[in-house]
Amino acid sequence: MINLFEVTETNKMIEESNLDVRTITLGISLLDCADADLKVTCDKIYHKITTVARDLVKTGREIELKYGIPIVNKRISVTPIALVGSSCCKTVKDFVEIGKTLDRAAKTVGVNFLGGFSALVSKGMTKSDRLLIEAIPETLASTDRVCSSVNVGSTKTGIDMDAVKLLGEKILEAAKLTAAQDSCACTKLVVFCNAPDDNPFMAGAFHGVTEGDAVINVGVSGPGVVKRALEAVRGQDFEVLCETIKKTAFKVTRVGQLVAKEASRLLNIPFGIIDLSLAPTPAVGDSVAEILEEIGLERVGAPGTTAALAMLNDQVKKGGVMASSYVGGLSGAFIPVSEDQGMIDAVNAGALTVEKLEAMTCVCSVGLDMIAIPGDTKASTISGIIADEMAIGMVNQKTTAVRIIPVQGKTVGDTAEFGGLLGYGPIMKVNDFDCSAFVNRGGRIPAPIHSFKN
Amino acid sequence: MKKTIITVIGKDTVGIIAKVCTYLADNQVNILDISQTIVQDYFNMMMIVDRNKTTKRFEQMASELEALGEEIGVKIKMQHEDIFNSMHRI
Repeated sequence: MINLFEVTETNKMIEESNLDVRTITLGISLLDCADADLKVTCDKIYHKITTVARDLVKTGREIELKYGIPIVNKRISVTPIALVGSSCCKTVKDFVEIGKTLDRAAKTVGVNFLGGFSALVSKGMTKSDRLLIEAIPETLASTDRVCSSVNVGSTKTGIDMDAVKLLGEKILEAAKLTAAQDSCACTKLVVFCNAPDDNPFMAGAFHGVTEGDAVINVGVSGPGVVKRALEAVRGQDFEVLCETIKKTAFKVTRVGQLVAKEASRLLNIPFGIIDLSLAPTPAVGDSVAEILEEIGLERVGAPGTTAALAMLNDQVKKGGVMASSYVGGLSGAFIPVSEDQGMIDAVNAGALTVEKLEAMTCVCSVGLDMIAIPGDTKASTISGIIADEMAIGMVNQKTTAVRIIPVQGKTVGDTAEFGGLLGYGPIMKVNDFDCSAFVNRGGRIPAPIHSFKN
Repeated sequence: MKKTIITVIGKDTVGIIAKVCTYLADNQVNILDISQTIVQDYFNMMMIVDRNKTTKRFEQMASELEALGEEIGVKIKMQHEDIFNSMHRI
């Protein structure tokens, strides 16, 4: 029988270490909503989302209460809209219209984000893909809850450099359209390499075409819990350190598994996967950076950071895998700058640079995430940063992503405010040597060779 | 039979157990197990209860217990046992 010690341990994790279920994300296929007429497509989309997700938020609250664990976000991911809208969208405006329909549906069912205003263009862009990408700035600027992502590369196909170039321009355009809100539209746009079909985390969530009609994916969290557990083994060797992380990750993931199964049962929608990610929030004590500091670094960015992060990421997966029947999504430690107080402090202290972050993304999910850069950064420089990050993902057979915000009117030394879970962040210096001749070449980078591994 | 765990944490005072038990008895909730400690004047109790006979919904009972806790000056939390089972039992 459960004893007082175990009950106290669980409740302390929840109350003192910010243990929570970060998101229940309901994936909905919109493939059956495609029609040759824009209005019919929009009506079908609205109807399907508001029907399938009708009880999502209510069910989330019921589970929270039943187990006494906070479920921070209830969200929706949908089929990449470039596919759904391909037969009815003839102009950029048509895609913006679908974006507004998604926003309306998200507000009706009460979710805080809906992801899937997306295109998968790792090898090439269809006319529809290109139109959707063109529509991203206006869509993100004129909606509140819609998130967008574009997969521009994969290990199997290489990198579509035309899309990389286009996205550099669109990110800048989105930043300019929301200049008054610190370019917040860019916080809702992720550029991926090897994007997973079942990622529950925003802004990069979409419901992949390999998925069923509807599915429940759950993202757990708990950087605070890991940090607290490591405080108890300070100074001990790596064996003890790794065992502690694994055991903690196991416990945290079990809660996610329980919540996912329960949500699946109550909503009568199949359970998809648990995403084993350590996802920080701006709250003090809910930080991946603080874990790395607890492991023995004065600040994130110090020599040893990449090794510590690689170890942390691997142990979280090893501990979490056994705790869940299906694992998927991004599964790793997130290192967003603006959403993690320890990362913000490291940047302000001069310990952490964009280049070190890039190195860190080689060993963890997901990539250059929530990084504010000067507003006068050139589009080609943004494309260059994207290309670098995509290359890391392509060669290392992992997911990488870029969510970068060229904050209009601000420069190094200033701070950008995004609000809520998105947090705030210092503007980081970008290497401003020119790469436009590289970006402007056009075409694609071929897939890497899968032999002669060195 | 699925059980429910009730935890009570707060500054020790006279009659905490009595008040909680009275509430549970009034609502036909059967207490299966109680363990309790006091650490540095801090009262820490866990009850394993059976809610099969009560007509009250989980949400309602959870919020009534929370209100009762506020009255006594302690924190009362009610949770389904599965969160603990899944975390601590393979």
